[in-house]
Parts: sequence; structure tokens; C-alpha cells
Amino acid sequence: MKDTSPKDVVIEVRGLRNQFGSHVVHEDLDLDVYRGEIIGVVGGSGTGKSVLLRSIVGLQEPAAGSINVLGTDVLADVHAARETLDEKWGVMFQDGALFSSLTVRENVEVPMRSVPDLSPSIRRNLADLKISMVGLPYLAGDKYPSELSGGMRKRAGLARSLALDPEIVFLDEPTAGLDPVGAAAFDTLIKNLSRSMGLTVFLVTHDLDTLYAVCDRIAVLAERKVLVTGSLEDMLKADHPWTREYFHGPRARAAFEAPTQQGDAGGAT
Amino acid sequence: MSQDLRHQLVHFDETDEGVLRLRGQLSIYTVSSAQERVARLDTQKDLTIDIGDLSRIDTAGAWLLCEIEAAGEAAGNRVTLQNVTGETATLLSSVKSAMPEKQVAVKTETGFAVLLHRLGEKVSAGTTFLLELTGYLGLFFVSLGRVIRHPSEFRFTSLVAHAEDVGYRAVPIVSLMAFLIGVVLAFQGSAQLRQFGAEVFVVDLIAISILRELGILLTAIIVAGRTASAFTAAIGSMKMREEIDAMRTLGLDPAVVLFLPRILALLFMLPILGLIANIMGLFGGALMAWIELGISPSMFRIRLIEGTDVSHVFVGLIKAPVFALIIGVVGCHAGMQVKSNAESLGRMTSNAVVTAIFTVIVADALFSIFFAQVGL
Ligand SMILES: Nc1ncnc2c1ncn2[C@@H]1O[C@H](COP(=O)(O)OP(=O)(O)O)[C@@H](O)[C@H]1O
Ligand SMILES: [Mg+2]
Repeated sequence: MKDTSPKDVVIEVRGLRNQFGSHVVHEDLDLDVYRGEIIGVVGGSGTGKSVLLRSIVGLQEPAAGSINVLGTDVLADVHAARETLDEKWGVMFQDGALFSSLTVRENVEVPMRSVPDLSPSIRRNLADLKISMVGLPYLAGDKYPSELSGGMRKRAGLARSLALDPEIVFLDEPTAGLDPVGAAAFDTLIKNLSRSMGLTVFLVTHDLDTLYAVCDRIAVLAERKVLVTGSLEDMLKADHPWTREYFHGPRARAAFEAPTQQGDAGGAT
Repeated sequence: MSQDLRHQLVHFDETDEGVLRLRGQLSIYTVSSAQERVARLDTQKDLTIDIGDLSRIDTAGAWLLCEIEAAGEAAGNRVTLQNVTGETATLLSSVKSAMPEKQVAVKTETGFAVLLHRLGEKVSAGTTFLLELTGYLGLFFVSLGRVIRHPSEFRFTSLVAHAEDVGYRAVPIVSLMAFLIGVVLAFQGSAQLRQFGAEVFVVDLIAISILRELGILLTAIIVAGRTASAFTAAIGSMKMREEIDAMRTLGLDPAVVLFLPRILALLFMLPILGLIANIMGLFGGALMAWIELGISPSMFRIRLIEGTDVSHVFVGLIKAPVFALIIGVVGCHAGMQVKSNAESLGRMTSNAVVTAIFTVIVADALFSIFFAQVGL
């Protein structure tokens, strides 16, 4: 789906500038995200990956620049943008950010409550379906977030972000803090869901295995802007020092040279 | 992409061949009305659904189609979907494979037995709680003993910092509270005593009630509210972030590092606060007696010294260390009960305050009975 031309741009960031006091995080940052792709955003710690994500979803007001999501100017009127966009995007924060006083099922139902005339029994069934789609057992729906493991909380957070069948999901370091097996299962899950639901995925990650396993395109954040974008092969050819170090370091080599067993191994959903 | 998904409907057309043709969007916004429409279908025959004209279908729509299929199969009919495009087929198959199997959670029983069971659990939890509090009290004394034998382990700076927090910072609120209590007592007392022409006994009234009971009791209640909650929050958030575990692995005993300075600070500061409350209460009472009854300050002083035995002060202040221990132990214990989520932190903090205040009042009542029995 990704190579149909002309590509349909769903997120367009132009000339973005973010700063905190005198500390400039982004300057003149441009980024395009195309429909249906999984884009991986990588960069060193503190390069502003989370800030970029927060800017796009309207949680952080940039100092300058324009951000256009699904044809709506996010910055023109944040409230109006929220109205139309909230049901078209889903955000999964690190560690899920579930509401701790609600069960997992109730958490997933929260976005669905904004749908008029949705009967409670259907809402419940749909929440159960979403919980099952992210690979959680049925009875996990009755549990409170504090009763779940870190990996399960992330899955539950993903289920909530998918509650309204958004067109775009934003994931901030979804596999950070998971064991390798759990992380690989989560990678497969993201890939399968994005295929079956036609999702565009904006994925902030540190995890080379994730990049390798799921991302169609990679954007490298360094020196306050998106330095290069492209496929994994492009990254391996790029000659910027940070990119070289990142994609040619010992860990990278291990990740890329590993046999591609996890590619389609998991019908784990 | 249509701008407003909310206002698109789903339409059902039944063709002559008995095919149900869907138009519009079949999504979370229309699934409720679609389900109502589907419920009216004849369940006794095979069904063919044509979804080729749908402009949009999402997981909610796919769920409905899967439900219809499942219901049809259960009734022994065949349900066929027509004109399924590639993407929709992927969606349908992933929804179908994810359809949750309803599992019934273990049913909770109801009835008298359950009530009895709960009551038993509550009683046993209450006993455990009291035992644990006693355990923490013991822990405090043990660590006190250890620190006396090895004074180098004691954190003197920490004690001073907590003393400032617990004592010095509480002076304004405690003073104001005691002052107002004195004012109220003088005001109410004078109104009653004037009827007998016994105005001057208002001094005894104020002195005895403040020195014996109210000064220290109300101070302890305020300190319980301020300090027990602060102890629980501080220790609880350390517990949440596994700092306490880290401490243990580094060979630091939380009882020595965390509990001891806090409880000792309370032990030192609560009597002082009680004394301040006594003075401020008398001051407020004297002021009001002067304004209301014309008892001059010097007369108040003479009457106070003549009429009120100094034992009242000791009876009041002897309770202070006990109250301090109660507040400190309850606060530290509650902090250690915090689990790894923020909610339990909030719950334990408010529990600590309620328990501390309640226990202080119970202890005060026991003291009253004791003093009455020994005739003090
Ligand atoms: N609310 C904030 N106030 C001040 N500085 C911030 C704030 N949020 C982020 N920053 C700074 O912006 C930079 C980028 O942060 P972040 O996007 O979280 O990095 P990462 O790429 O690791 O996700 C960091 O240097 C951080 O200190
Ligand atoms: Mg981050």
C-alpha cells in the first residue's frame, strides 16, 4: 500500500520550532508521514522525540511552524482541531497511562463514551473485542491497571488508543521496558493491527529490533531536526556521524543480522 | 475522507432475491442502530449480506457482521457476505479470530454466609492492623535502643529537619487554634456563670479545661492531620519508587533512617506545641474575660495561681508523648502499606489521618478514666 503514487500525506510538519526557555529543542523541522505506513522516529535521548509527538497531537504548543494532520491545521485552533481529530487519532503514552481507578475494560470504553447512541452492551462487547485484539485474555478486562504487568498495561493502553478505530496511532516507546520476547510480540501486534485496520503508525522508539521488524520508513532526529528519512537500507548508507554510529554499532549489527524469524511468526493476537 | 463521520448513517435495502444490501457507513457510530435493525431480521432462513456499497467499515462494523454470522450459525442458517474487498476481508478475518470467548469470572456469592464471611474478614483485618501497629511501636523502641548503643548510626540532621517541619512550622496554626478556643471558652463560660454571679470562676473553667484536656488534645488532632499525612505521603512515595527496597539492599534500615527521626521529632515537638497551645489558650481566655467580664489580667493571674493546681498542667502534658507515638507510628505504618500505584498512596494517606485522630481520641478517653480512678 505504501508505494502507490502520489502518496497521501496524513501528517505534514513544516518549519517546526520548539523551545523551553533558551533551550531550543527543534528548529526548522520538516516531516511528512504517509497514509498506511509505519514510521519509526529515532534519536538519542533528549533529542525531542516525545516533544515532537506531543506537538503533533496538540499537547505542546510550538514556538513556530505549521502542523497539518489529515487536512486539519492543528495549530490554527487547537480546540476545533481536537474536536475533529480526537476520533481519528489515538495516542499511547509510555507505560499505557491508563486511568488507575477504572478497570481495563472501562478504560477502553472511555473514548467510546463520546459516541452518541452507542448502547452500553455493544460498547462493552466492542471493548472486549479490542482487548482481545491486542492479545490480552478476556478476564484481563475486569482487572485494574495496577494488577497488570508492564507489558499487559502497554497492550491495554494500545487497546484504548485503538478504541475508535483511529486512522493514525502515536506510540511513544511502546517496547521500552519490555523483555525481548514481549517486545517482539508487541512488534508483531503493531504490524498486524496496522495491516488489518489500515492504520498509520507514528512510532517513537529506541529499539533497533522494532525498527527492523515493523517500520516501513525511519526518520532520524538529530541536531534539532529530522536529519534523514528513508528505509532501513537508506539509513545504512547515510553518512551522518550519529546515524552511522546508531545503525552500525554492535547492537545494530546484532539486530540486523539476526534471522528474520519474528517477521510473521506471531498470530499472537 | 468525509469530514463528519458522526452524521453518516447506515441503510438497509432488501432486494427481491432476499439479499440484504448495506449502504453508508457501518462503524461504531452506526453499529447500535444497525444492530437494532438486524435484530428484526427473520432468523429462520439463510441470509446473504452485500457489503459492496459500504463507504466505510471499521472494527465495530466487522464485529457486528461476525456476530450476525455467529448467531446465524447457532440457529443452523448460512450467512454469506457478498462483495468483500481485500482490505475488508483482512479486517473481518482479524476481528473474527479475535472475537473474545466470553468467560465467566468466578461468581461472587451473596447471602448471609457472605455477610458473615465479610464481617469475619473485617474483624481479623482489624486485629492484624492492631498487631502491626504494636509491631511498629516495638520496631521504634528497638531502633531507638540500637541507636543509643551506636550513636554514629543516628541521623541528627534528619531529626532537626523533621523537628522543624513537625514543630516549628506548626506553631502558627496551633497558636491560632488555641487562642480561639480560649476565647470561645471565656465567652460561653461567662454567659453561663454570670447567671450565678460566679463570673470569677470563668478563670478556673478556662484553666482547667485548656490545661487538662483541650490544649493538648486539639494540638494532637491538628498535628495528626498535618504530620501523619505527611509521614505517610513521604514514606509511601519512597515505597512506590522502590527506594525503601534500595535502602535495604544498601544496608540501611528504614526503621532507623526513616521512622526513628520522624517519631523522635514528634516526641520532642508535641509537648512543646502543647505548651504553646496552653499559653495561647490562657491568653485568649484572659483577653476575652477582660473584655466580657472586666476581669483584669492581674486578677486573672492571681486567680489562676491560687485556684488552679499545677498538677493540671502535668496531667495535660503527660499525654503528649503518648499522642506523639500514636501519630508517628500510625503515619509510618500507613506509609509502608502503600502499594505500587498512586491510588493506594492517596487512600493510605487519608487512612493515616483518620486512624491517628481516632486513636488519639480513644487514648485521651482512656487517660481521663485512668486519672479519675487514681484521683488526680
Ligand atoms: N516541559 C518541559 N520543560 C522543559 N524542558 C523540556 C520539557 N519537555 C521536554 N523538555 C526538554 O526537551 C528535550 C527533549 O525532550 P524529549 O522529547 O522528552 O526527549 P526524548 O527524545 O528522549 O523523548 C529534553 O532536553 C528535555 O529536557
Ligand atoms: Mg521520550
